[in-house]
Amino acid sequence: MAVTLSFSPSTMKQYEWLLTRYPTRRAALLPTLRLAESEFGEIGVPEMRYVADLMEIPPAFVFGVVTFYTHYRRAGTGKYHIQVCSTLSCALRGSEDVVTRITERLGIVPGETTDCGLFSLSKVECLGSCDTAPMLQMNDDYHEDLSIDDVDQLIEQLRESAKGGSN
Amino acid sequence: MAFRKIFTQHIQKKTCHTMAFYKQHGGYEQAKAALSKRKKPDTLIDLVKASNLRGRGGAGFPTGVKWGFVPKTTDKPKYLVVNADESEPGTFKDRLIMEKNPHLLLEGILICCKAVGIETAYIYIRGEFVFATERLQKAIDEAYDAGFLGNNALGSGQRIDVTVHRGAGAYICGEETGMLTSLEGDRGNPKLKPPFPAIEGVFGCPTVVNNVETLANLPYILEIGADAYRAIGPENSPGPKLFCVSGHVENPGTFELPMGVPLRTLIDKHAGGVWKGRKLKAVIPGGSSAHVLTADECDVAMDIESLAAAGTMLGSAGVIVMDETTCMVDAMLNVMRFYHHESCGQCTPCREGTGWLAKITHRIAHGEGRMEDLDLIQDVCDRMVGKTICALADAAAFPAESIVKKFKSDFESAIQNGGSPAWKKRHPSVVGGAASHA
Ligand SMILES: Cc1cc2nc3c(=O)[nH]c(=O)nc-3n(C[C@H](O)[C@H](O)[C@H](O)COP(=O)(O)O)c2cc1C
Ligand code: SF4
Ligand code: FES
Repeated sequence: MAVTLSFSPSTMKQYEWLLTRYPTRRAALLPTLRLAESEFGEIGVPEMRYVADLMEIPPAFVFGVVTFYTHYRRAGTGKYHIQVCSTLSCALRGSEDVVTRITERLGIVPGETTDCGLFSLSKVECLGSCDTAPMLQMNDDYHEDLSIDDVDQLIEQLRESAKGGSN
Repeated sequence: MAFRKIFTQHIQKKTCHTMAFYKQHGGYEQAKAALSKRKKPDTLIDLVKASNLRGRGGAGFPTGVKWGFVPKTTDKPKYLVVNADESEPGTFKDRLIMEKNPHLLLEGILICCKAVGIETAYIYIRGEFVFATERLQKAIDEAYDAGFLGNNALGSGQRIDVTVHRGAGAYICGEETGMLTSLEGDRGNPKLKPPFPAIEGVFGCPTVVNNVETLANLPYILEIGADAYRAIGPENSPGPKLFCVSGHVENPGTFELPMGVPLRTLIDKHAGGVWKGRKLKAVIPGGSSAHVLTADECDVAMDIESLAAAGTMLGSAGVIVMDETTCMVDAMLNVMRFYHHESCGQCTPCREGTGWLAKITHRIAHGEGRMEDLDLIQDVCDRMVGKTICALADAAAFPAESIVKKFKSDFESAIQNGGSPAWKKRHPSVVGGAASHA
C-alpha cells in the first residue's frame, strides 16, 4: 500500500516562509528536512524523495546530505531515542556506566532498537553540556547530572507514558 | 576598575532572557547609538580594532581586523554567519549565552551588521540545542515586533534580518568553511582557503564568521570604550571571558572571569578543586583539540598568548580536568575515536591519520600494543599537521602527540601489562591472554 506523503497546509506555509529567508532554494534544504522530520516522524527514503520532489533537488543529492549528518531521526528509530554522550568529559564521570545500565534494563546495545519499537540507544559525541556529565539526550530533551537511579527512573517513566498513550 | 560580568551577571533571574529584562538593564542602547545615521561604520571597525577583541571560537583572530578584510564597495550582498555550532568537546559557553542572554547576542549582531554593512545574518546553531534554538527564536521574534530587526532596524533605515539555522549533527560544521557549505544546503565539507570567507564566503559573497561569545562582547566594548576594555586582563588578549571547566572537579561549570586568570585559580577556587580530594594529573586547557598539560605545567595564565607560550592554546576555553586515577591511554582513545568519527574524509592525511591514531591507541588500550607504536603515533601526527584542507587534522594530532610524549609511562605500562587498567577491569578474563600470544 503506497502512502503518498505530503506536507499539511500549515507545514507548507512554514516551508514557503523558509524559502523567503535564503537567496537560494537549496539553502532551505536542512530546515525543510526538519519540517519533514516533525511532520512525518522520521527521515527515510520516502521522506527524502518527497523533499527532493518538493524542492526540485535530485534525490541522490538529498540522500547524500541526510547521510552526512547524524542528527536527523532516521527510519526505524524507536519512539524514545536515548543518546548517551560518550565524549571525554562525560566518559571521565561515568558515561560508560550509564550505557551499561541502559543495556541491562532494555536488553539493547548502542545502535539497537527494542523489539517493541519503543526504545533506541545510541552513543553520541559531546552535546555541549559537559559540566553536567554524565548526560544524555532523550528525543529533544537533555537529562543531566545522571546517577544510575536517574537512569532507572527515566526508563520507568518512559514506559509509563508509553502505556498511557501520551508522550 | 572592578571586574563586571557581562554575560552571566543576571542569569539567576527567571526572566533574564526576555527583551523587557534586557532593556531594563540598559540593553540595546549601544546598538541604537551605533545604528544612528550619524555614526560611520569605519569608526566602529576602528573601535573594535583598538579594543584588541580576539575571536572566542578557537583561533583567536582579531575581530576588527577580520571585519576590515570585507570589501567596502561590492555589488554583492554581504553576510554575517554567527558560529553557534559549539561542538568542541569540553565547551558549553555559547549555549549559556543563547539560553540566558539571547538579546546580548542580537545586540552584538546589530553592531557588527552596521560596522560591516551587512543586511542578512544567520545564526548557525547545532541541531541538538533545541532549547537554545527556541530561546533565540523567541528573542528574534521580540526584536522584530519591536522594530529592532527588519527593513528599518532600530529606525536606522538599514535592513537587518536575522535567521536561526539549525545544523544536524556534525562537528566539522563548526569549522567556518564547513559551516558555510552546510548553510548552503550541502554536506558540510570544508573548503581550501584562500579565498577567505571575508572575500568569498556563503553564496559566493563576502561573509563575516564570528563566534557567539565574540559578538556578545560588542555592546560592552561600545559602552566602556577601547582603552577600558583593553585594561581587562592582558592587553593583547583582553576582555571578560567565559571559561568552561569539566571533568574531575568538585564544581564543574561556566565561570566568567577576566582573560588571564591563572589556570590553578580557575580549577582550585572557581571549580572547587580536583574532586574526591585526589591529585591533579592532566588538563586540556582549550577544548580537546589543544595540547595537554601535565599537573606541573598548570601554573599558566588563561589567555591566548600565555597558553601559546606554554605550547598549547586557549582554543574554546574548554578546560577538561583529569585526576590521578585517569589512564591517559583511555583518555587518548576517547579523543581519537571522536576525531576519527568527525573527520569529513576529504583529505587523505586526516581521514587515514585519524583512523590510524584511533586504531593504534585502541590496540594499546586493549593489550595488543607494541613499543614501536609510540614512534608510529608521532610519525602519523607528523604526516597530518598542516597538510590538510582544514584544521581538524591538527586538532587530532595535537592532543595525540602531547599525550603520548607527556604520559609515556601510561602507554608503556599498557603495552607491557596487557592493556589499560580500565580495559582490564572490564575484561578480567582476557588479561594476559593478548600479551601471551603477542
Ligand atoms: C575542526 C574545527 C572545529 C571548530 N568548531 C568551532 C565551533 O564549534 N564554534 C566556533 O565558534 N568556532 C569553531 N571553530 C573555529 C571557526 O573555524 C572560526 O575560526 C570561528 O568561528 C571564527 O569566529 P571568531 O573569530 O569569532 O572566533 C572550529 C574550527 C575547526 C578547525
Ligand atoms: S582536514 Fe579532515 S575534516 Fe578537514 S577537510 Fe580534510 S578530511 Fe575534512
Ligand atoms: S563530553 Fe558529554 S556533553 Fe561534552
